Amino acid sequence: MPEFVQIDGLKRYFDVSAPWLVRKLENRPRQIVQAVDGVDITIAKGETFSLVGESGCGKSTVARLVVGLYPPTAGTIAFDGHDMSQRRGGTETSALRRRLQMIFQDPYASLNPRWRVFDIIAEPIRAFGLAKDKADLRKQVEDLLRQVRLTPADGAKFPHEFSGGQRQRISIARALASRPEFLVCDEPTSALDVSVQAQILNLMMDLQRRLQLTYLFISHNLAVVYHISTRVGVMYLGRVVEQAPTETLFRRPKHPYTRMLLDTIPDLEMTGRQRTPVGGEVPSPINPPSGCTFHPRCPFANDRCKVERPKALPAEDGTVACHGIEEGRIPVEERSYSLDRAQPARS
Amino acid sequence: MATNNPPLLEVKNLRVEFPTRRGTLLAVDNVSFEISPGEVLGVVGESGAGKSLTGNAIIGLLEPPGRIAAGEIRLEGRRIDNLPYEEMRKVRGARIGAIFQDPLTSLNPLYSVGRQLVETIQTHKPLSTAQARARALELLKEVGIPGAEHRIDHYPHQFSGGMRQRVVIALALCAGPRLIVADEPTTALDVSIQAQIIALLKRLCREHQTAVMLVTHDMGVIAETADRVAVMYAGRIAEIGPVRDVIKHAQHPYTKGLMGSIPHLGERGERLTQIEGSMPRLTEIPKGCAFNPRCTFRGERCLVDRPELMAAGASRAACWLHDARGVGVPVVREPASA
Repeated sequence: MPEFVQIDGLKRYFDVSAPWLVRKLENRPRQIVQAVDGVDITIAKGETFSLVGESGCGKSTVARLVVGLYPPTAGTIAFDGHDMSQRRGGTETSALRRRLQMIFQDPYASLNPRWRVFDIIAEPIRAFGLAKDKADLRKQVEDLLRQVRLTPADGAKFPHEFSGGQRQRISIARALASRPEFLVCDEPTSALDVSVQAQILNLMMDLQRRLQLTYLFISHNLAVVYHISTRVGVMYLGRVVEQAPTETLFRRPKHPYTRMLLDTIPDLEMTGRQRTPVGGEVPSPINPPSGCTFHPRCPFANDRCKVERPKALPAEDGTVACHGIEEGRIPVEERSYSLDRAQPARS
Repeated sequence: MATNNPPLLEVKNLRVEFPTRRGTLLAVDNVSFEISPGEVLGVVGESGAGKSLTGNAIIGLLEPPGRIAAGEIRLEGRRIDNLPYEEMRKVRGARIGAIFQDPLTSLNPLYSVGRQLVETIQTHKPLSTAQARARALELLKEVGIPGAEHRIDHYPHQFSGGMRQRVVIALALCAGPRLIVADEPTTALDVSIQAQIIALLKRLCREHQTAVMLVTHDMGVIAETADRVAVMYAGRIAEIGPVRDVIKHAQHPYTKGLMGSIPHLGERGERLTQIEGSMPRLTEIPKGCAFNPRCTFRGERCLVDRPELMAAGASRAACWLHDARGVGVPVVREPASA
């Protein structure tokens, strides 16, 4: 049976070459950024799948590919068994599109400043013809506003009258307007203060429970990801290096990059654990390193890692793309987190 | 930490105002704190809490029309808030170093980093260009730039974000300052680079006995770096104390809420504690305690009287809960606007 969302061999390259004439005159080659370079992900209905990684790893590009803002260079995205890249008639496409929506990072840039909140939220309802008449439209928008804990009276205001957190609520209401089943959230809380971030995360979890939503959640904040995800994929230079259920990934991380990322989470429990700063930075995706792209920063790298690109192989209940894990060279350690005692063990 | 030494920096009843057409905005209100030599004071708060303005007031870089309306800032016992511009310029750089959030905008894109370092060193120290260059090279090595001999002649755009921030730190250290004001030094960086920069900052201030005022919104950075922390809310200090006490035994309801709203590892899928509402705009700061509309513990007294910092556990908090008379009759918060 096909998964709810199935992404196979997804690639997206961007041409960032200089203009043709400059290239010819200065004898420069074409330059291609391999923003997403072979990503396979499946997302089950009702779960929250998170993609984490540092800036430039391609996680936002994946989000944009999934909702169709970019066409893929190669690979397929299937949503509920329908291949999204296939051309179909207008009504069929729009019926599919209605079922997936996106929430963007910057609530200041993603709302039209000249539209009233009512019209912003009503737009998807109008576009998909989901309201019977004006009264029905008004009722739907008011319900949506209440769902995100705003008041129906807020519909008459303009976006600039709201704070960042309230604007993100408006974005969520707009995304929910077409009654989607799948929401792609690209860093929805990273522009917000922590206390507001908590409000938005709580709201997203409540909505998921109430409306049986499926989330693809993009973030660079591992604590947030741990908090809300069912499964997590770690991206590095356009590839998913490890994916696993959240508990497995945080308790028994396997890929050296995942371990490095986990080591960088600030320690709020004051256990005295020192972050181990890892040397080096993410290389440019224009000229990614050969073999395993992480090898220049990896403490376990050997000659094989420099030449052969590792495949994602099953490991425990997830997949890992690492030669060291495959060969059993790298021991897997159990990690514990200090808040465990407050939490009954999960199976 | 070195709490018995005389303070290096003393801020007393600082008040920063912004005169606007619609009246004067009070952005920093009656803020007092001290920093000892070699100490790291973290200043946290959400956007608009006045934490960056406090930092800017200390380095004398308040943007007009913002101005210091009252209070004193003393560095090594000498008053620096009323110095003429040229005098302040000498203090800034020589005695106080500054690190800002975005390393690209704090460097001049037209000059190589070496030239910028040499210029700064020569401004503050009587060294020949060759000597200054040798010192610049030393600094670049000290902040961990690989291949410094060769990188010194590169331009800012040739460095990555993390490396640029290292150059900015080297610039701040040029004249051997006693105090560094670091305003969100790691916010623009990726997590793995963030850890590197924090480790670097900590090592440098330990080695040079430099005091640091670390302004950030990231409690994680504070927890790892700071000795003491001041939590700011709506232009005032809500709580100040040793970092361990503030994080583990927060005394002010705002600090408690703030700590609860940070997602932790180890508690998954639970609701986060949330503080309803958001910080008031500077134009509409409520009467009494500025936090009272969002506070679950508020009483009658909180609506009228503004609390000052008072002893609370090992810290000091501006909350009537810690006063002998308490908050008075509890006032139930009207449900949030929905």
